Amino acid sequence: MSEQDTHTPHDHAHPHPARPDQDESLGYYQVMEVAVRELLIEKGVISAGDVRRAVEAMDARTPAQGARIVARAWSDPAYKARLLADGSAAARELGIDVGATHLLVVENKPKLHNLIVCTLCSCYPRMVLGRPPDWYKSRNYRSRAVNEPRAVLAEFGTSLADDVEVRVHDSTADMRYLVLPERPAGTAGWDEARLAELVTRDSMIGVAEVRRP
Amino acid sequence: MRGHHDMGGLPAGPIERAEHDYAFWEKRVDALMMLLTERNLLRVDENRRAIEALAPDVYDAMSYYERWIAAITQVLLQRGVLTADELGRKMAEVEARAARKP
Amino acid sequence: MSAPANAALPARFRAGDRVGVRRADPPGHLRTPWYIRGHVGVIERLCGAFPNPEELAFNRPGLPAQPLYRVRFRQRDVWPDYRGPQHDTIEIEIYQHWLEPTG
Repeated sequence: MSEQDTHTPHDHAHPHPARPDQDESLGYYQVMEVAVRELLIEKGVISAGDVRRAVEAMDARTPAQGARIVARAWSDPAYKARLLADGSAAARELGIDVGATHLLVVENKPKLHNLIVCTLCSCYPRMVLGRPPDWYKSRNYRSRAVNEPRAVLAEFGTSLADDVEVRVHDSTADMRYLVLPERPAGTAGWDEARLAELVTRDSMIGVAEVRRP
Repeated sequence: MRGHHDMGGLPAGPIERAEHDYAFWEKRVDALMMLLTERNLLRVDENRRAIEALAPDVYDAMSYYERWIAAITQVLLQRGVLTADELGRKMAEVEARAARKP
Repeated sequence: MSAPANAALPARFRAGDRVGVRRADPPGHLRTPWYIRGHVGVIERLCGAFPNPEELAFNRPGLPAQPLYRVRFRQRDVWPDYRGPQHDTIEIEIYQHWLEPTG
């Protein structure tokens, strides 16, 4: 029978990690992570609190931030123009801390559909959308999104007419990309919170359309 | 020669869409990357270069965050922030600690 | 922000210019994908000037900053067996030193 953690009343004062590491033996790279982190803390380069706060800050970044940007752009043409001119500044207007990210927002139109990929390493607008999904980082997506985008879109259930231009953006350098999807029909008069609920992460990467009302 | 990481346009299979929850250690690697770049102890491009230097079969066998921590460690060694000796001793200590847990 | 003007090379190209991507093949850390080398596209915009990542990769400052462009290519030009419509495009950020003017 394996020993179990006992939780005394004292333990409830400190937070548990969101998802505990597995308690079978650590892999080589997990050992490396622990060792590097502990050494850096011992040397005063970082603190345990720094690590915890950075993890929490990243946990708090979710696609809901991007959805707010999209909903605002749908509702306010002047904001949309600012967004397309300078994505980072427009995100900051909504209180989203994009750090040093150079955000470039690309707009879908009736005859234009944008798709984002980083073939070289999986760059992603993390400060806006949070951590990327596994498939975005996969070999198969990184390889095929550039030369067979329509087949990739079809795998996600998205099909586009031949008279629509599919434009792939390979995030090769300093810019990070967000797709501004088209506002769906049947949403006239909706407030931003309601509009934001239609905007999915996948629609801001470009593999899917937004939800319909 | 085309780098192994430079895969745009190469033949590849269907996209596996299942997503895993990030493990806590993966989130910590992510955090480490951000903290070190903020402190100018690591540049994103140094990290990328170290990942690109992984042999192809090694690159393919490692998960995304395994590649990241391997690369971060390489850069810290190159920069002299850590030495191989202290890293080796600490890793052995961590392994021993983990082995003591029932 | 991109590098201040006095630490950046001047921009050679403007939106609308036709440019070719050089067919160089050096070792090192490169951000110009293999698949685009040798192809011809059109400058969509100048993104600004940024320190050269090929140098940053070795912890060197990468200055003077290189102008970085978004360049648009027709998919049919890039992939011989591209199956989509002829108006499909691909846009990539490319540093100035990888670009040359074409006729």
